[in-house]
Amino acid sequence: MSKEEIIAELKNIITPYSEETIALQSIDDDTDFLKDLKINSANLVDIVLDIEDRFNIEIDNDSMAKMLTVKATVDIIENKRQGNAG
Amino acid sequence: MDNNRVVITGLGVCGPNATNVPDFVHALKNGISGITHQSDLEALGFSCQIAGKPPLTEDRIAQYFSSLELKNLNSTGIVYGVIAALDAWENAGLKLSDINEPDWDSGTIFGTGTSGIDKFRWAINKIDDMEIRKLGSSVVVQTMASGVSAFIAGKIGLGNQVSTNSSACATGVESILLAYDRIKSGRAKRMLAGSTSDSGPYIWGGFDAMKVCNYKHNDAPEKGSRPMSATASGFVPGSGAGALVLESLESALLRSAPIYAEVLGGDLNSGGQRGLGTMTAPNPVAVQRCIKKAIDNAGIRANEIEVINGHLTATTKDALEIENWKTALDTSKQKFPYINSIKGLIGHCISAAGSIETVASVLQLAEGFIFPNVNCEDLNPAIADLINESRIPQQLINKQFNYLAKASFGFGDVNACIILKKYNYE
Repeated sequence: MSKEEIIAELKNIITPYSEETIALQSIDDDTDFLKDLKINSANLVDIVLDIEDRFNIEIDNDSMAKMLTVKATVDIIENKRQGNAG
Repeated sequence: MDNNRVVITGLGVCGPNATNVPDFVHALKNGISGITHQSDLEALGFSCQIAGKPPLTEDRIAQYFSSLELKNLNSTGIVYGVIAALDAWENAGLKLSDINEPDWDSGTIFGTGTSGIDKFRWAINKIDDMEIRKLGSSVVVQTMASGVSAFIAGKIGLGNQVSTNSSACATGVESILLAYDRIKSGRAKRMLAGSTSDSGPYIWGGFDAMKVCNYKHNDAPEKGSRPMSATASGFVPGSGAGALVLESLESALLRSAPIYAEVLGGDLNSGGQRGLGTMTAPNPVAVQRCIKKAIDNAGIRANEIEVINGHLTATTKDALEIENWKTALDTSKQKFPYINSIKGLIGHCISAAGSIETVASVLQLAEGFIFPNVNCEDLNPAIADLINESRIPQQLINKQFNYLAKASFGFGDVNACIILKKYNYE
């Protein structure tokens, strides 16, 4: 799965949690979940659970704490997927 | 301290036999039952396999919750409570606040016995399966007792007191009296009062095990809930929510709101589980005292009460309740007010009973009717000894009247009685 494909999937997962339609349209590496997408911080754990289901990975607490931007999240997803493949 | 008059300006109901107010009036007048056979209760080996559950479609629920809220929503009590509450708010001609400022003058006291019992079960199973991290963020807000008032307050933007009360089957009437006090004393202009109760085997199971539910009518659900009947043999569990917008008379008149009725007063007490009172049985001295104090608090005389909406759950205790009313009102067999119980149609909605039944009471006052009792064609002879049969209408009576008393009694030996008056525009 390419990085672009991961971002596209991520966008699908995040969409129900954000009402910032314009920011969602222009989602990129630098998009911040709390500042740009105004996601309720309590929902970050739900997004992580959805990501785990979709990508069939398990995300540890330390990684979870870093998942505040699209870039950090994609990095962690790629990392864990490689871990699974290896 | 202020001493505001308090009126009711909005009603909402999500009950087993109707999920909006116009349908509810129709069901009350025509004796339409909401008791149905429950296949899940049968499959689980319940003694009582019939119950009352609000018939809601997914489309209806989606009108009240965002798609994100619906994603993990598994709390029937919160669904019923939010539907009844938002309907009552709209019925009162009030809007959901879309500005950033909360409505500091409006609050809610919305009661429940438990919250999100299905969600709680799901969470417990996850934890026991070593999957605690899978709980996500939705467990706490759906299983905290105050979940229902929190959901309601957030949707409307309430900025006054936001709280959930709990006093078993007295919860609904208690919520209204607590809201009444807050407006009367001038600390709020409007309060959304009401209560809700979850449905399903995990809320009803404990009652089934106590053998307090009727297990003799599994093949005839609509005949199962039999208040005041000689063949009353236990209550039929129900669920749902009722909601009322209470408002200072001044505020209601200022915005030309329709006024359904006035809350004159009421009383809350307990028998202390002393005398004949226990955890599960009412102390008659306390019940009578609660009714008398409510009438005193309302500033009327006992003989002015024209209609009683009883607790009357359809157990052998129904006759004792009638005796308590008769003693408290110091009245005779002939002069006893009309009395009815809606539980014949919807069962005992537990923590939601008092609010759904008060909505029914207010509608009777406002529209001038006394709804018929069902399933008591074989009147309990112990009740017939106490009051004239004509006091227990089995046909709809169309009649304007002014004063109604409504009471609910709950486990823990707790009592609540409220006195309502028809509002006559001055």
